[in-house]
Amino acid sequence: MITIYVPCDAAAIACGANKVAAALLAKLVPDISIVRTGSRGLFWLEPMIEVATPEGRIAYGPVKPGDIDSLIAADFLNGGDHLLRLGKPEEIPYLARQTRLTFERCGVVDPLSITDYRAHGGYAGLEAAIAMEGEAITEMVKASGLRGRGGAGFPTGIKWNTVRLAQADQKYIVCNADEGDSGTFADRMVMEGDPFMLIEGMTIAGLAVGATKGYIYIRSEYPHAFKTMSRAIEIATREGALGPSVFGCGRAFTLEARLGAGAYICGEETSLLESLEGRRGVVRAKPPLPALEGLFGLPTAVNNVLSLATVPYVLAHGAQAYADYGMGRSRGTLCIQLGGNIKHGGLIEVAFGMTLREAIEDFGGGTASGRPIRAVQVGGPLGAYWPESLFDTPLDYEAFAAKAGLVGHGGIVVFDDTVDLAAQARFAFEFCAAESCGKCTPCRIGAVRGVETMDKIIAGTDVDKNMTLVSDLCQTMTDASLCAMGGLTPIPVVSAMTHFPGDFVPAPLRIAAE
Amino acid sequence: MPSYDAWNTGEATQIVASFAGRDGAALPMLHALQERFGFIDKAIVPVMAEALNLSRAEIHGTITFYHDFRDHLPGRHTVKLCRAEACQSRGAVALHRQMMEKLGVDWHGTTVDGAITLQPVFCLGLCANAPAALVDDEPVGNLDSSAIDAMIAEARA
Ligand SMILES: Cc1cc2nc3c(=O)[nH]c(=O)nc-3n(C[C@H](O)[C@H](O)[C@H](O)COP(=O)(O)O)c2cc1C
Ligand code: SF4
Ligand code: FES
Repeated sequence: MITIYVPCDAAAIACGANKVAAALLAKLVPDISIVRTGSRGLFWLEPMIEVATPEGRIAYGPVKPGDIDSLIAADFLNGGDHLLRLGKPEEIPYLARQTRLTFERCGVVDPLSITDYRAHGGYAGLEAAIAMEGEAITEMVKASGLRGRGGAGFPTGIKWNTVRLAQADQKYIVCNADEGDSGTFADRMVMEGDPFMLIEGMTIAGLAVGATKGYIYIRSEYPHAFKTMSRAIEIATREGALGPSVFGCGRAFTLEARLGAGAYICGEETSLLESLEGRRGVVRAKPPLPALEGLFGLPTAVNNVLSLATVPYVLAHGAQAYADYGMGRSRGTLCIQLGGNIKHGGLIEVAFGMTLREAIEDFGGGTASGRPIRAVQVGGPLGAYWPESLFDTPLDYEAFAAKAGLVGHGGIVVFDDTVDLAAQARFAFEFCAAESCGKCTPCRIGAVRGVETMDKIIAGTDVDKNMTLVSDLCQTMTDASLCAMGGLTPIPVVSAMTHFPGDFVPAPLRIAAE
Repeated sequence: MPSYDAWNTGEATQIVASFAGRDGAALPMLHALQERFGFIDKAIVPVMAEALNLSRAEIHGTITFYHDFRDHLPGRHTVKLCRAEACQSRGAVALHRQMMEKLGVDWHGTTVDGAITLQPVFCLGLCANAPAALVDDEPVGNLDSSAIDAMIAEARA
């Protein structure tokens, strides 16, 4: 019996992985057993299947159901040569050049096998944490330099310490799995490919701050992640990894996965808490900080999936092992998500400090369309549009902020030379208008005005006057919005106007300008 | 294809009651109702208000805040098309326009034959395989016009 690994990650399924798995079974039962895994994150090669051979796993991809006869003829079950043969996956340059700490197991293990998880180093972090005081755990996370991966980059250990020191009978750990930023999918990959790591990270967080209950708020656009996460919670509970006495340590931690309902703003932490409480996802004013008055008014640590999923590594290998990676105040690894018009899109985990150019050229290999790259947007829908002249900026929170951009959740979306930045600026306003929670006027009304004014600019009506209007509007939104939804929408707009001014002149003049 | 039961306020009330004792249960309730009946009938508003000890206005406010919750049945298949930036960079805007012309519907519309409801979404986390869609929870990537034609044909079969 030969084992074949076929990903069940949503992106692999989107490329036909389920059909490939069915076709393999139809042709090869009873000679093979299929193990479904997460994805390695080399999405142009999906569905990428791996065969267990005496020399290790051998990958083939992208495999279509129609390739299976020729794969059999090539003796792929013994690693035979074939046009689609990729060799050992860990030797594929795209993977070999990465530093996979958080994504070490993703694509390797069966996401719902706790045995597999343990065999690959899982639960070593929690075991260490169980033997420690909450304060020591918090200090260790602080020393690792881990900063929140949800966008704001706030030091995780400092947030935990605030929750830890708060006095209350009940405290909560809330995992922000809303992953609303376009161009991002790392949270999804963790939940579909290595869910026990997130459970372990949240349990460690619970021990650190003294919280006994956790929620994972997952966006409804991720039905597969929700299913896998929910089943993993059931399994962990059955195995005693969650429950009234975690692994018999005498301390409780239980978890529940909750589904969002299609609102981008519910990724903002206070809106998320409102939603978890069963209300409209309207942003709360801060203070009070959620760390002190969060879910149901009680002390709550709200953290992104990747922040929590990185904690087991820190506990298992030590704070210094993690802090040794990175640059400046950005310690550890950044999980870059490369997407859009790119030849080799995927998940790239590397130490902070790699340049944007290395990501899109060396890893990405240029556009999928074969045309020149004209712009990239980094950091989701509230991130800046940048031209080629900024590509040598290192991926680091401070370096990006210095150039009026943001790393955000690490998504990079690539556009070729057919992109129209005026249309992209208009979309930024349109998105804000559609997804604003409505609490404050600069955002709610400003975004609608922004769309109208961009329409005039695109139509060539009073362009100079309307450009000034957009600039003023952006200033108001930046200064007077309650949260970063309205406050950062000007970033894509202003960056597009600053770096691509030629796209904002009337169409006939544009041609003349070229 | 998802299949739904005809709306029944009695059964819906039982669903609401099954969440008794769970904190902040409004969203899980609404998801369970919509999964069973395909939409949320406003008859449930007073029932939920009573169960959750909130005002009717608050329940109504919650239902209408979220893009997911509908007040009418969708078509036999729901196609969620990603309108966000990575998909735009691969021609999603033109592709969506084409699809809407073929189907004779706009966003949120249902085809006359009741086969397809078209919904906009902002990112499905399939951004390296753009343009992307979810067809009744089944992810589809690298969409082009022939893939769209096949999707429509399958939905109508
Ligand atoms: C409009 C808006 C959307 C956001 N969306 C997300 C999201 O989808 N996921 C996330 O983790 N954080 C998101 N955030 C950031 C959260 O408010 C919060 O900073 C984060 O969950 C804290 O976790 P961290 O410290 O681990 O990063 C968003 C913020 C804003 C203003
Ligand atoms: S900026 Fe927008 S999303 Fe944020 S609180 Fe104000 S209206 Fe709501
Ligand atoms: S932007 Fe379309 S799937 Fe992410």
